[in-house]
Amino acid sequence: MLRIRKLPIIIFALFIIVFPLVSRLIPAIQNYPDLMIFAGIYSLITIGLSLLMGYAGQISLGQAAFYGIGAYVSAILTATYGLNPWFCMVIGMIVAAIVAVLVGVPSLKLKGHYLAMATLAFGIIVFIIFNEEVEWTGGPDGMSGIPGLSLFGFAFDSVEKYYYLVWFFVFSVFVFTINVIQSRTGRALRAIHSSEAASSAMGINVSRFKVVVFVYSAILASLAGSLYAYYLNFINPSTFDLFFSIKLLIMIALGGMHDIWGAIIGAFLITFLSFEWLHFFEEFEVIVYGVILLLVIIFLPQGMVGIPKILKGLFNKKVSNG
Amino acid sequence: MDKESRGKILEVEKVSMVFGGLMALINIHFNAKEGMVKAIIGPNGAGKTTLFNIITGTFSPTEGVVRFRGKPIQKLKAHEIAELGISRTFQTIELFGNMTVLENVMVGCHTRTRSSFIASGLRLPHDKHKEEQIRAKAMEILEFVGLAEKFSESADSLPLGGRKMLEIGRALATEPTLLCLDEPAAGLNETETEKASSLINAIKEKGITVLLVEHDMKVVMNISDEIMALNYGEKIAEGLSEEIQNNPKVIEAYLGSSEEDRA
Repeated sequence: MLRIRKLPIIIFALFIIVFPLVSRLIPAIQNYPDLMIFAGIYSLITIGLSLLMGYAGQISLGQAAFYGIGAYVSAILTATYGLNPWFCMVIGMIVAAIVAVLVGVPSLKLKGHYLAMATLAFGIIVFIIFNEEVEWTGGPDGMSGIPGLSLFGFAFDSVEKYYYLVWFFVFSVFVFTINVIQSRTGRALRAIHSSEAASSAMGINVSRFKVVVFVYSAILASLAGSLYAYYLNFINPSTFDLFFSIKLLIMIALGGMHDIWGAIIGAFLITFLSFEWLHFFEEFEVIVYGVILLLVIIFLPQGMVGIPKILKGLFNKKVSNG
Repeated sequence: MDKESRGKILEVEKVSMVFGGLMALINIHFNAKEGMVKAIIGPNGAGKTTLFNIITGTFSPTEGVVRFRGKPIQKLKAHEIAELGISRTFQTIELFGNMTVLENVMVGCHTRTRSSFIASGLRLPHDKHKEEQIRAKAMEILEFVGLAEKFSESADSLPLGGRKMLEIGRALATEPTLLCLDEPAAGLNETETEKASSLINAIKEKGITVLLVEHDMKVVMNISDEIMALNYGEKIAEGLSEEIQNNPKVIEAYLGSSEEDRA
């Protein structure tokens, strides 16, 4: 039975709550809460992507576009039109959902490489729009003057405050998604992944479910984009390029695609690798990612979440061998 | 439902199916009466599975009409047909291998339950309650097909006989009134075949109409009320089981004939 245990979630939540208090005391990791804001933002996207790819078995190379839609809708409506940031965040999610329906209905009928190509093309088109619609988006120079978030007069204006805000969203989404996975909907998704023919014979409307999950993943990416924009108060198109879509795939491949935990672990690892540990590779970073992806696919097809299982297997072997 | 349709749960009228240049089915006409077991027999490539795929909505026929309880269904999608009450098993077993035995049957309960993405995500109490009902119903079905003890095992780990039974159980979970079984006894040993036969009889006793594609003639003769024989996409005989057994055309189709005979 697919049961996702509660205890690790609680432990992880406690870790997230306590971490900033500890890191404050240790100079070497003082900047980590800032990185973990990004890890949280990426987690929002990878959770959706994990449901889409790992559970429903549909690939998307266009998630950066939805991330960008969230960021740009929030940026334009707040910086240019002065609307309420929270309201704009919701509008961004609605726009992303509508775009996901328009893109998903025709393209989710495609399989394998064709679906990958269709979402890839979509991502590139949106990226071009961000660059070329200078009047709206500021073009390659980007947009500044995006306000921060505040609620009833409480401004999320420090790293720590924003950290807790982002991780509040991540946990809400995480628990919501876990509930979906363990429900009738989640079963239907895993069924579709396993056999589309049998799923439809069981009365599952396969194309509808695929679109629903695609829309959900788009909404989460858009939410992440808005949070990103309100955190940095500045955005430019290069954040939402094709490489970021691929980076997201690397995150869930590295963390583990068939386990929702993999989404979070992958987001963490790639965030720390790219901002902290791989800095000295500079422009060779891409190559390092390629190597990581290759190694994971060959040696850890289940991602990091598969490591305990492998270790357990090795241990059992040792014991039985003597 | 008009007068002519009464008692006939399934009516197939002048159905033809062409794949490229291949005539897989040619002008097939038959029906199945409510509550009976009707077998479709014929050599490999006769078009039996194609006929199943048309009835269950995997393909739309090139020509012809399929009526279920008087309603034309040939244009409907597979999931819509499942919702109307036609379920099936597959010749090449199509279980959800990544799930447990119980979960496979729970997926079968899909059409008879409702829940929205948002309700399940928020874990609303009525959604939780429904999950328990589905689980109870799935366990009941596993009991019926004799797999209750293996409920927590992965579907792939079952032996062939178990997987065949599980496919039937999963199909039953959709609460069908017409059940299409594609070679339920293929590859089974004698005891397992016996088990499959008595299960099909038990299904019939529940009032479910069964459409059966099967090569094992002993099974076919044991449990079917009527038989239709296909060969090269054409119907060559139809009638009560005893009649078909001795039909010369059927015997010829199975045993083959010399070139002169065919010419």
